[in-house]
Amino acid sequence: MSNKNWPLWEVFIRSKSGINHKHVGSLHATDAEMAIENARDVYTRRSEGVSIWVVPSNTITASDPEQGDELFEPAQSKVYRHPTFYNLPDELKNM
Amino acid sequence: MNTIDLEKEFQRKLDAEEKIEPKDWMPDDYRKTLIRQISQHAHSEIVGMLPEGNWLTRAPSLRRKVAALAKVQDEAGHGLYLYSACETLGVERDELLEQLHTGKAKYSSIFNYPTLTWADMGAIGWLVDGAAIMNQVPLCRCSYGPYARAMVRVCKEESFHQRQGYEIMLTLCNGTPEQKAMAQDALNRWWWPSIMMFGPNDADSPHTAQSMQWKIKRFTNDELRQRFIDATVPQADILGIKIPDPDLKWNEETKHYDFGSIDWDEFWAVVKGNGPCNKERLAARNKAHDNGAWVREAALAYTEKKRKKTAA
Repeated sequence: MSNKNWPLWEVFIRSKSGINHKHVGSLHATDAEMAIENARDVYTRRSEGVSIWVVPSNTITASDPEQGDELFEPAQSKVYRHPTFYNLPDELKNM
Repeated sequence: MNTIDLEKEFQRKLDAEEKIEPKDWMPDDYRKTLIRQISQHAHSEIVGMLPEGNWLTRAPSLRRKVAALAKVQDEAGHGLYLYSACETLGVERDELLEQLHTGKAKYSSIFNYPTLTWADMGAIGWLVDGAAIMNQVPLCRCSYGPYARAMVRVCKEESFHQRQGYEIMLTLCNGTPEQKAMAQDALNRWWWPSIMMFGPNDADSPHTAQSMQWKIKRFTNDELRQRFIDATVPQADILGIKIPDPDLKWNEETKHYDFGSIDWDEFWAVVKGNGPCNKERLAARNKAHDNGAWVREAALAYTEKKRKKTAA
């Protein structure tokens, strides 16, 4: 008997009212078509979504949590990117 | 970061109730404990399809049959969510299945009991899934993110299982004297095994202290067992059937039910492979796996052929 494992796929689903696809889990399937069919059965049994994406897990690259501080630091130091950084006169409405 | 800093950061996350995620550093023993617990949880869902699957072809009405089919399908899904969560810890599902099939990994002791009558389907939904919910709701706050998220999905679906099981019991208890006797007999046989699902007493539970410290477990076995009994006794009263425990009694002082002692010899016999159905369950799993080998190979070969065609 072959010991070859079926590859792992990550599953993303967009709900009926959802704007974007959300990661819901993963599953094993031989190909994308089987992955979609299984994702339909496993993750949308209670009409959780209207659109499914499947992606081979080995094609995903994740950021390194240990480098999180360096990676996300610029966001913290650039407060001027937020609208609340700017002082405007109180008389100014609707901006 | 050196190991001491990594351990500090891990502890800080636990203290702050932040989730531990797959790529985060974690102590080896935390990883090992989670692999053991999540995989055995997954195995329980898979083996748990067998006792109930036993009644699918014999369900007494079409309504009961579709519900039972949906429930068994849910359990297969729960197994898949849990294997996925477990794989984020760096093991492969095939390896976990191998452990199940060789008897190296355990699954819930409850599924080693036989389903002898239709009422057992009711008792399993009501008691076994009820006990599972009691165990799993706190796991939704478990410190390991992928496990906690899988539990959120599982708990939503378990609630359907428990309610449909209780409805089976209710229908039998409101039916003929024979039907009610069947329900009572099922309660008699499933009560103690359900109580045992919470595991050994706290004093005899080797993993509890560490798992609580790591916030994998939120309550001890005995705490959850007591909660389950407190919640379930009134449900039996509504059904009008009697829990098979002469020592079961409301304690006004503690505001809990006192209950009789558990047959731990039986518990350990079942856990060690000597329960009523252990051999049958493992044999059924192995047979499905071995006889399905050529189908799995065919699916892989077909994919490979399609891939080559597209490439050409």
